[in-house]
Amino acid sequence: MTLLTDTGIIFGRYLRATLRSRTSLLFGMLQPLLFLALFGPLLTGFDLGVGGSSWQALVPGVLVQLALLGGSFVGLGLLVERNLGVIDRMRVTPVSPLALLLGRTLRDVVQLLVQSILLVGLGVAFGLRAPLGGIVLGLLFVAVLAAALSALSYGLAMNVGTPPEFAAIANTAAMPLMLLSGLLLPMSLAPGWLDAASRVVPLRYTVDAVRQVFQGHYANATVLTGAAVTVALAAACVFGGARLFSRTRA
Amino acid sequence: MPEPAIHVRGLTRTFTLAKGPVHAVRGIDLTVRRGEILGFLGPNGAGKTTTVRMLTTLLPPSGGHAEVAGHDLLADPAGVRRRIGYVAQSGGLDPACGVREELITQGRLHRLTRGQAGERAEELARDLALVELMERPTVALSGGQRRRLEIALGLVNRPEVLFLDEPSTGLDPGSRAELWELVRRVRAVHGTTVFLTTHYLDEADALADRIVVVDGGAVVAEGTPAELKSRHTGDPAASLQDAFLAITGRATAGEPLSI
Repeated sequence: MTLLTDTGIIFGRYLRATLRSRTSLLFGMLQPLLFLALFGPLLTGFDLGVGGSSWQALVPGVLVQLALLGGSFVGLGLLVERNLGVIDRMRVTPVSPLALLLGRTLRDVVQLLVQSILLVGLGVAFGLRAPLGGIVLGLLFVAVLAAALSALSYGLAMNVGTPPEFAAIANTAAMPLMLLSGLLLPMSLAPGWLDAASRVVPLRYTVDAVRQVFQGHYANATVLTGAAVTVALAAACVFGGARLFSRTRA
Repeated sequence: MPEPAIHVRGLTRTFTLAKGPVHAVRGIDLTVRRGEILGFLGPNGAGKTTTVRMLTTLLPPSGGHAEVAGHDLLADPAGVRRRIGYVAQSGGLDPACGVREELITQGRLHRLTRGQAGERAEELARDLALVELMERPTVALSGGQRRRLEIALGLVNRPEVLFLDEPSTGLDPGSRAELWELVRRVRAVHGTTVFLTTHYLDEADALADRIVVVDGGAVVAEGTPAELKSRHTGDPAASLQDAFLAITGRATAGEPLSI
């Protein structure tokens, strides 16, 4: 199966690159970490309306935020490489073009999972209590979401001219998605119109589902809806990302 | 006559921009014999890079057809990619990556096993004087060393046709001479066909068996350097610069006039 082998080769190459620059691994998770450390303690006395402790509501939100911010901006690295001609050089080989996308996306998912595990660990230190099965399932949600956003980000990066343009687009997309999906505070606190608006944002269903599994609820409508929306989003993003990625431009 | 290494008929490429269509390549015909070094010469914006990007399968042509290394560009791009090497103007090195790792990964992308890719990397390192540099990150290489590595990457699959897009841009005179020597040696030892774009007249004169001059997206002259000089200036002692001026009516953009 050449696609798998090729994906493995690309994955290995970029994973080694990531391991060489451990600082980026750390700095990538600094922001969510700060949210956890400096924002989390403010919430401990509040009823967030989603059941469980405030940590069971916040940690899932911060995990999804990490996937969103990490995933949206991965294209920046690709754009730099593209301008150096690295991508073209690889494309003039028999390698499967899809593997060039999937190998990197897989690296991002692995990186995100490592960061997520560290974050959950920190959450536990602060007072998060959640069943292990729920945490594993929650990480699975986050992994699928990260794959979706990474693939889309790479597809976009292949079609944008310069890093500042890309950063502007990614920022503009990420900020409303973050606010509208109730990552930091659940939408159960929102007025009706905001709650309604947030229902068009797929991430909202992901984060709601992760909050549920962190409380040990696995088979309710929120979790199933979240799973369906997340998987559908991933399928659409990977498909769209692959199309954008292999589109040839001047 | 054996099958040519590159055979191009009526190749065109039009880009659609907001201000209207741009005809970057307007119908190029050319044939490159096996083992030939072809100088694809033209001023900036003549369509050289667009042509190379089409011939290396990176950019679909708007029209025309081409066979490269015995495979149809449109019907069998994968067959073409297996048999060619491509060194872009930008080089294509990842600054964070090590020399050995770049070579091995490139071999793996060409479907070599891990062991074969490792052996091929050593072999190329010996051939291209990279042995001492294998553990360095590519960002630590000098201009000439970088170019050698880029060419090594283009040779990983023992290509039948090697495309070099403006290979001496940014090199100091010593590194340029070294590059020319390397290109000659690759052809002499492996019989590799070399398709070299350049806007340096001295480079085309020194290296190419035959020159195709493009301007405005079309071929405006072709022949050996000697033929071009005598045909277009009427003077066998003329320089290629004189011939080039006679052909295109202008000097190569931004380059010094003397050879």
